[in-house]
Amino acid sequence: MIKKIEEIFFRSLMLISNLLILFVLALILLSIFKKGLGALNWEMLSQRPHGGYYYGKEGGVLNAIVGSLYLSFGATLLATIIGVPVALFMNVYLVKQKRVLNFIRFLLDLIWGVPSIVYGAFGFTLMVFLGIKTSLLAGIITVTLFILPIMIRACDEILKTSPLGLLEASLSLGSTKTETSFRVVLMQSFSGIITAILLSFGRAIGDAASVLFTAGYTDNIPSSLSEPAATLPLSIFFQLSSPVPEVQNRAYASAVILIIIILTISLLSRALSKKYHKNRI
Amino acid sequence: MNNTTKIKVDNLNLYIGKQHILKDINIEIPENKLTVILGPSGCGKTTLLKCMNRLTDLYQDVKINGSIFIDNEDILHTKTDVTEIRKKMGLLSQRPFPLPMNIYNNVAYGLKISGRRNKKALDARVENYLKQVNLWDEVHDRLHEPASKLSIGQQQRLCLARGLAVDPEIILADEPTSALDPISSETIERKFEELKQQYTIVMVTHILRQARRIADYVVFMYMGEVIEQGPAKEFFENPKMDRTKSYLQGAFN
Amino acid sequence: MIVLFYNRKTKNRLSTLWMLIAISFVIILPFILGVGLYYKSSMLFQENSLGDLLFSKLWKPSIGKFGFATFIMGSVWVTFIAMLISAPICIFAALSITQYSRKFYLRIIHPVIDILAGLPSVVYGVWGVIVVVPFISNVIAPIFGAQTMGYSILAGAIVLSVMIIPFILNILIEIFRTIPIELTEASLSLGATKWETIKYVLVKKAVPGIIASIGFGLARAFGETMAVLMVVGNMIQIPKNVFDAGYPLPALIANNYGEMLSIPKYDSALMFAALILFVVVMVFNALMRMLIVRYDKY
Repeated sequence: MIKKIEEIFFRSLMLISNLLILFVLALILLSIFKKGLGALNWEMLSQRPHGGYYYGKEGGVLNAIVGSLYLSFGATLLATIIGVPVALFMNVYLVKQKRVLNFIRFLLDLIWGVPSIVYGAFGFTLMVFLGIKTSLLAGIITVTLFILPIMIRACDEILKTSPLGLLEASLSLGSTKTETSFRVVLMQSFSGIITAILLSFGRAIGDAASVLFTAGYTDNIPSSLSEPAATLPLSIFFQLSSPVPEVQNRAYASAVILIIIILTISLLSRALSKKYHKNRI
Repeated sequence: MNNTTKIKVDNLNLYIGKQHILKDINIEIPENKLTVILGPSGCGKTTLLKCMNRLTDLYQDVKINGSIFIDNEDILHTKTDVTEIRKKMGLLSQRPFPLPMNIYNNVAYGLKISGRRNKKALDARVENYLKQVNLWDEVHDRLHEPASKLSIGQQQRLCLARGLAVDPEIILADEPTSALDPISSETIERKFEELKQQYTIVMVTHILRQARRIADYVVFMYMGEVIEQGPAKEFFENPKMDRTKSYLQGAFN
Repeated sequence: MIVLFYNRKTKNRLSTLWMLIAISFVIILPFILGVGLYYKSSMLFQENSLGDLLFSKLWKPSIGKFGFATFIMGSVWVTFIAMLISAPICIFAALSITQYSRKFYLRIIHPVIDILAGLPSVVYGVWGVIVVVPFISNVIAPIFGAQTMGYSILAGAIVLSVMIIPFILNILIEIFRTIPIELTEASLSLGATKWETIKYVLVKKAVPGIIASIGFGLARAFGETMAVLMVVGNMIQIPKNVFDAGYPLPALIANNYGEMLSIPKYDSALMFAALILFVVVMVFNALMRMLIVRYDKY
């Protein structure tokens, strides 16, 4: 009897925990959409803020949308160029060196955990060292560093599952290791790699702490890499603290836009990864 | 020789998703005998065994029709607590899975669960069952070490001991020697020969020679169907079905 | 040259070279990060001892006094309370998801966890500002007879706890899923109920994993910046209770980048804050990884 009561007690706790999680997500989305959807209109999407982003009542957040896209595409591109070859190298060249491989994975997991504000601070130091100002370029470099470990580990997890036999077959047919890497291993895991890239893109577009010191903020749309760039997360952060309600609305609208972008990415990668883990629920 | 039926499987069909895994199974397993369920890998032997103590409940896609009577009670449709049914049966799996606790508690686990907490009585029973599986001499001075430190063979005997400790009537064994070295395998087999005086043993195996060595009664399965069943002597010396004959000659494995 | 480029061997050599460069870069990245931050913050050590930096409460950048104790305490408070909230929720949720849930529910809860994990920090911050902060100010604080604007340690902790739930939960789910089902089968066959099996066998088996997941969560929470920054109040004081405002380390860095270059050594101080975060997080993660690896062998 006591056993039964104990089980019921703990199962209720489990139920409550689940409900809380579902409830919180619903609450987050609803509260933000409620505030933001009203503010979201064509002007918001198509115009830069007029009269300064902090006090100007007119205009939208085009500067932040474009800035964020530039920055995230740039960083994701760079991280792909560096990260995918690293993951390939690990899974083709180092596949038999288990110890080296484990060590690299260990290191990657460690830097994966480094908070983005640390990358931001480091990025700032790097800028001073290289003599560049707050700019799109500095932001891209910092965000690249931040998403690189994520990208590599995500690709690595995908490539790890590609069978070793395939690799040996290809090598024994006389392909060079590079050809094997890019033509066989990469192609075989292609949609998985895309998922990894999407994941990194999502991280890049959502992070504020790493671009705070490095990309700057501006009302303008950057026309070159050396100009500062506004970003959606910072557009939320800065404009939310403004005393002007119209400016706050821009923050809520930015939040809605950002959430929609993130949800789209999440849906896309779910659809893609279904091919991979048929049994993953 | 008594020939009471302990377990009777009646028109059992089992589906996992859309796959038909067990097809019209009808078998009768005699009491206090060692019954071997024989057949090539993937023929559904293990699934059949798991039905017998309702471990199939753990899987969501599984659908079962038919009945399994144990002592004339249909365990698939009974109102009795599943836990009570499972207590009647000890399970020995392919590889040993010692519980994440020390050697002593592995054996005492089932007893403690059913409310027996008297230290002295527990000590005595733990010693008794460890002796039964010839493990006492090897472990009596380190009962409080984690069970995972034992060798695989020792672990499997420990798993047998913990199963016996809850006083089952039936022992279900799923290829219990397949992960063991020859000496440990032999220990287990010999143990089974002794145990069948008191217990009904159902053992799944795909090793023909093992079946020949120890079976009293044989159920031969192929592709989810029971092809033939009968007393071991008859089954091995005078098989009736063609499939059985070719299996016994080693035509497929 | 063009001929060379199309030569398969050259192509192989070039791309191998690039892979080598890339992987070397990635391997030395943590060291560059550490050394870079150390180098920039080393100027502080000329006048402040390490002990002073870590344990002094005196924060007067204008006279070159940098005691980080207030900020470290702020971080510890927020992180600790956040873990107190999210750890039990995650453990119970993980158990129900892996042990009790039907497939159709899994089809709902997995995307929910994924979405929670993917939401950017600022979005949690916005939610904190429009929901959590007023809720604390209007509902929770009055219950305890406290007066607060809502921007408080508690607000930071609640927002943070929600943010790390998906992170810890995913690790826990993975840990419970890797426990072989045969262990459950063994326990059930010995006459245990499902709940007894969970209590005595599964949870016990998962203890190192549970500890590690909470450790990873702590490390993640410790460095989380924007969401906390937006709701925690940012006042330089040692909080007396959870309704007081606090000032965690990451918030210190993020809030003061503007003045970074206007006060001497201020930039070094902020880099030192980043260094503390970096070291704490790296050490924590390393310890937890080793715990998991050891337990895997076991």
